Amino acid sequence: MIDADETLLETPLASRHQALGARMVPFAGYTMPVQYPTGILTEHTWTREEAGLFDVSHMGQAMLEAADGSHATVATALEALVPADILNMVPGQQRYTQLLNHEGGILDDLMVTRSIDAADDGYLFLVVNAARKAEDYAHIAANLPAGVALKPVDDRALIAVQGPKAAGVVADHVPGAADMAFMTGRSGAFDGQDIHLSRSGYTGEDGYELSVPIAAIGVIWDALIADRRIKPIGLGARDSLRLEAGLCLYGHDIDETTSPVEAGLLWSIQKRRRENGGFPGFERIQREIAEGATRRLVGIKVEGRAPVREGATVFKDGETVGTVTSGGFGPTVEGPVAMGYVAAAAKEPGTTLEIELRGRTVSAEVVKLPFVKKRFAK
Amino acid sequence: MTVYFTKEHEWLSVEGGTATVGITNHAQEQLGDVVFVELPAPGTALTQGGDAAVVESVKAASEVYAPIDGEVTEANGELEGEPAKVNEDAMGAGWFFKMTVGNESQLATLMDEAAYNAFVEAEG
Repeated sequence: MIDADETLLETPLASRHQALGARMVPFAGYTMPVQYPTGILTEHTWTREEAGLFDVSHMGQAMLEAADGSHATVATALEALVPADILNMVPGQQRYTQLLNHEGGILDDLMVTRSIDAADDGYLFLVVNAARKAEDYAHIAANLPAGVALKPVDDRALIAVQGPKAAGVVADHVPGAADMAFMTGRSGAFDGQDIHLSRSGYTGEDGYELSVPIAAIGVIWDALIADRRIKPIGLGARDSLRLEAGLCLYGHDIDETTSPVEAGLLWSIQKRRRENGGFPGFERIQREIAEGATRRLVGIKVEGRAPVREGATVFKDGETVGTVTSGGFGPTVEGPVAMGYVAAAAKEPGTTLEIELRGRTVSAEVVKLPFVKKRFAK
Repeated sequence: MTVYFTKEHEWLSVEGGTATVGITNHAQEQLGDVVFVELPAPGTALTQGGDAAVVESVKAASEVYAPIDGEVTEANGELEGEPAKVNEDAMGAGWFFKMTVGNESQLATLMDEAAYNAFVEAEG
């Protein structure tokens, strides 16, 4: 165990998590807070009602840069790897997309932001999953045309402020933050310190992600923690919050075998790309759009109080139709919630399912995602 | 009344011919917020070390094993509506079930409180 711990990386906020009494666990090669002393239920509910502060510095931040300073150059380069319309993103716009393999499977999901400053055109800011960043960077770098380069950003931490009071909290430190539209990003000054922030997140709530130079992260974290509207939130509540919001977790709900259509992510493939393709796996995605995918990721509401877990077999009328990919207890729903892949014939909301649980089955129903209404800023 | 402990972090309190079983305070701390407890029905025959109950936290399910042989006489119905009692009072109101002491000699295989505390300390 000690040997394994020695290889774990720390975020720049590790000592603060320990001082707050966090329980640290290994996650994606980092030692990360899974919960603070208040516990996952309190942290979850606090984020839904007030504002939660998350350290997500383990995630990969990188800049994709065109030497000619042209958005078209950098956008075209990325569009060869992802199915979203990057070319038509306006300055400051942020989009969710996926790196796809040639079979249309998902290598990772990521956020892409076009720089808002005309002087910085030709830059795209990427945020990728911690567990995938090495593979992502190698994959992107190996597939770039001349004149476009990927530069991992290793000197910045990443934190998220999420919840209905996030805008009030962040606006107290970053002038103009409250006026930002959802899924936009820009540079800003947090109590005078240069940062980059986007209005986005992974909880289903309004909120921000703040990319901060490591030299400034301690002061900024402390300023946020000192706010009575803020509590620190660990990975445990981050998972229950995103599950209730119906958001996919890489390696669980999506992976190299699942396509964006199967995962219910067609909304993230804009019209021009659906029609013209030009990204890996277009053939499969075009076919799935036309004919429907043979399986779909759906929301599953489980009867009773016992959570079903990842890996549980899903049945319909006694026949195996799928597998649970994320399952747990939804503190806001006050009951078990799950997502999983089911055969197309079982994907409609209202379909009755049975889920394997400790040698028996429990009754469940396909429901529309999310489990909790999203409350993003308009 | 004597309280015994297992290496799987259950406690067993014996009074007369009946034993009350729960999970230790250390166990509830490790689990975090308990959201569901699945208890054995009265009449269920238990074998020492065999599955007896399941405790679910937000993140994961954990098995609770029978500390000794015996038959379940009562389950703590309160936990159905208020699983958080396990966190609030693991050694008291958060008890899981009562059982008969089927084989008294098995009690000698369990730890007393001092031995259990040392065991937890050593487990780190």
